[in-house]
Amino acid sequence: MKTLKINGKVVSFKNEKNLLEVIRKAGIKLPTFCYHSELSIYGACRMCLVEEKKKGLIAACSTPPKEGMEIKTHTLKLQKQRRMTLELLLAEHDRECTTCEKNADCKLRELAANLGIENIRFKRKDKKLPIDDSSPSIVRDPNKCILCGDCVRMCEEVQGIGVIGFAYRGSNTVVTPAFNKKLSEVDCVDCGQCAAVCPTGALTIKSQIDRVWEAINNDDKIVIAQIAPAVKVAFGEAFGLKPGHSTEHLIVSALKTMGINKVFDTCFAADLTVMEESKEFVERLSKGEKLPQFTSCCPAWVKFVELNYPSFIDNLSSCRSPQQMFGSFAKNYYPKELGVSRDDVFVVSIMPCTAKKAEACREEFISNGDPDVDAVITTQELIKMVKEAGIVFDDLKEEPFDMPFGFATGSGLIFGATGGVAESVIRMLDEEVKEFKDVRGLDGLKEAKVAKNGKDIKIAVVHGLKNARKLLEKIKAGKAEYDFIEVMACPGGCVGGAGQPQPNNAESRIERALGLYNSDNKIQLIRASDNPMVQKLYEKWLKTPDSGLSHKYLHTCYRPRRRIEGSDIKFSAEKSKMNIKICIGTSCYLNGSYDLFKEVDKKIKQDNLEDRVNLEATFCLENCNGSPSVEVNGKIIDKANKEKIFMLIDELI
Amino acid sequence: MAVMVKDYKRSFKKVNEIIESYGRNPVELVSILQEIQEEYRYLPEEILNYIATAMGISPSKVFGVATFYENFSLEPKGKYIIKVCDGTACHVKNSMDLLNALQKKLKLKDGQKTTKDMMFTLETASCLGACGLAPVMVINEEVYGKVTPEKAEKIIDEIMKREGNSDDKNN
Ligand code: SF4
Ligand code: SF4
Ligand code: FES
Repeated sequence: MKTLKINGKVVSFKNEKNLLEVIRKAGIKLPTFCYHSELSIYGACRMCLVEEKKKGLIAACSTPPKEGMEIKTHTLKLQKQRRMTLELLLAEHDRECTTCEKNADCKLRELAANLGIENIRFKRKDKKLPIDDSSPSIVRDPNKCILCGDCVRMCEEVQGIGVIGFAYRGSNTVVTPAFNKKLSEVDCVDCGQCAAVCPTGALTIKSQIDRVWEAINNDDKIVIAQIAPAVKVAFGEAFGLKPGHSTEHLIVSALKTMGINKVFDTCFAADLTVMEESKEFVERLSKGEKLPQFTSCCPAWVKFVELNYPSFIDNLSSCRSPQQMFGSFAKNYYPKELGVSRDDVFVVSIMPCTAKKAEACREEFISNGDPDVDAVITTQELIKMVKEAGIVFDDLKEEPFDMPFGFATGSGLIFGATGGVAESVIRMLDEEVKEFKDVRGLDGLKEAKVAKNGKDIKIAVVHGLKNARKLLEKIKAGKAEYDFIEVMACPGGCVGGAGQPQPNNAESRIERALGLYNSDNKIQLIRASDNPMVQKLYEKWLKTPDSGLSHKYLHTCYRPRRRIEGSDIKFSAEKSKMNIKICIGTSCYLNGSYDLFKEVDKKIKQDNLEDRVNLEATFCLENCNGSPSVEVNGKIIDKANKEKIFMLIDELI
Repeated sequence: MAVMVKDYKRSFKKVNEIIESYGRNPVELVSILQEIQEEYRYLPEEILNYIATAMGISPSKVFGVATFYENFSLEPKGKYIIKVCDGTACHVKNSMDLLNALQKKLKLKDGQKTTKDMMFTLETASCLGACGLAPVMVINEEVYGKVTPEKAEKIIDEIMKREGNSDDKNN
């Protein structure tokens, strides 16, 4: 075993990637802003500097441990250095701590307190940059950014998108979406993972707490809550419990104390989802169409497909997510049971997730201006509300869920972990299966096979959108083939959602998932079809899975989306008879739209039509299924080729 | 903002040629942007977007690179780019008077850098390396030394005449 010395003490190490991990394992809290064990190493915050006997000052995050090193972590020089670095960061930082959304979790504030920063000697920057609150999920306040780049690496390395990046240079450097656009104008999928790693209040989750308090205090409203499985095993962390400790009945009690009228379980809706989704899958299998079937429970993943892989839109299951299935029966069915009207009911979801906030705003889930889900709060927001309400956690007494939507099988529970949806569907396909461990755990890609009617059904499970992108590219290239694919945007699935309490790292995610599997073990009913309350809902309302009614209320549709709001590339005369817009969005570009552009351009020149035909290139006409798409005088033409367009030109001119 | 520059069409095709000539290699992004800027005199947003699509990189990356180098401009620039030196030597020789005179002459309002007809862009530069000739002004590649406000106005008049543009038409 190899050893080195830390502050004079001999410490052994094995395969730690860097000194920082060795030091932290030795029980010393070395501060960092830009280090995350799951992201690449950036080495920019300079907080992790240590002194090595021979080498002098080194950054612990980017130095591998070596036999015989002698490290000091808190010499006077280092302490002074760290204070100075922190002071410089704070000088640039908008220090409105009391009103900051992140104040309880802010690493900057915590370190300033720990390092004893009492005053800041540098002048404050007076330029205020605009706050971007255009996204339904995330608020971006660039004035609080310390340029650690954690969010940039998260979005690029884990989610494979790269919505935000560094721009400009020197003292003007900022982290921003392309062209300083708003988050709502670019290809953000609302997963919130950037906000989850942001050490300050520069990226925060958009709070909807006020909306919920308002509804609770409105006597005309019946407030109904649903709790997602991942919340149950994380909520307790804020009150000293270990990750994975199930607190569902304490949450019920807390919500009731706050004044919420009915508390139900999203896992019930998850059981319903499994009924619909497995029926849909069996159907597709027998017809051999729209395979592989993709899960659709994760709205960040759904949006990712709409934005980046429009040709796979039909592969998405048409099932709404459990949150939205719940919203649908809570607003379309339950009021009648209660003898009240839809308007009297207010639905609040408690989710681990920021993307669910965006999902609830999708037009498909709003009827006549009234959303099926009125408010979505995250686990973190729930914790805040409990504290605001003055509820003493230790005094809470467990309370049961309300009926009829408060009963779930183990299948609904495990939805919260990566692999859970796939396993639930497998349990439906194969009556013998109880536990299906091949799809559990934190591997980036998990594969499994199930035999059905003498055929092997091939299943893949991925989490983190970068992994999803890799898989889709493989399928596109014909290098992989599956029948069923589960995708969750967040690492570890919803247990690692961006709205979960900090620390939200791999260890917590593993423990939370274990918590769900343990609860699953304690429930005798593990198949969605065994849920008697779900059966009753079919009897009373929907008739059978995949029926006309269930399609109306529990299924949905998707559409291609533009990745960036921007202007079109215009070319010629103003007084033209004919306007041709050729799409050069990704999907159309890959289908040869640029060559088409060249051909049309050539023809216009050859026939001397430059004054009469106006040719433009545009970014995504949101008709990607018909790529390459061309718009002629306002009408979209699918699968355009030069013959079609030439014919139109000849006809119209 | 749609961009309407003469020869825009020719340029868009050129964009593709440029990208192809570098084999769409993201490592060559800086060189590609340089050539594109030569073509358009600035980097239009829609073209940067297009480059991102064609090269399979995120628009935020392209934007990051385009804003990192001082020589790239995301604002449209005029046909004539006037740089007035504000290095120490020029500054003490009243280069700011020169700048003010030019601003007035070109009818540029506060913060406006380019004339509406896209003919002139007025900028300051820190030391153009010709301190012996202070105050110095550079128009495109041409260097003018010991420029008085009067002399500068004359130079502009000449360009305007050459471009078939009189003072009052340009605003
Ligand atoms: S919310 Fe997700 S997709 Fe959007 S910028 Fe953050 S990490 Fe990227
Ligand atoms: S994985 Fe779960 S928590 Fe994360 S975005 Fe998707 S639904 Fe939300
Ligand atoms: S890329 Fe979306 S319609 Fe062309």
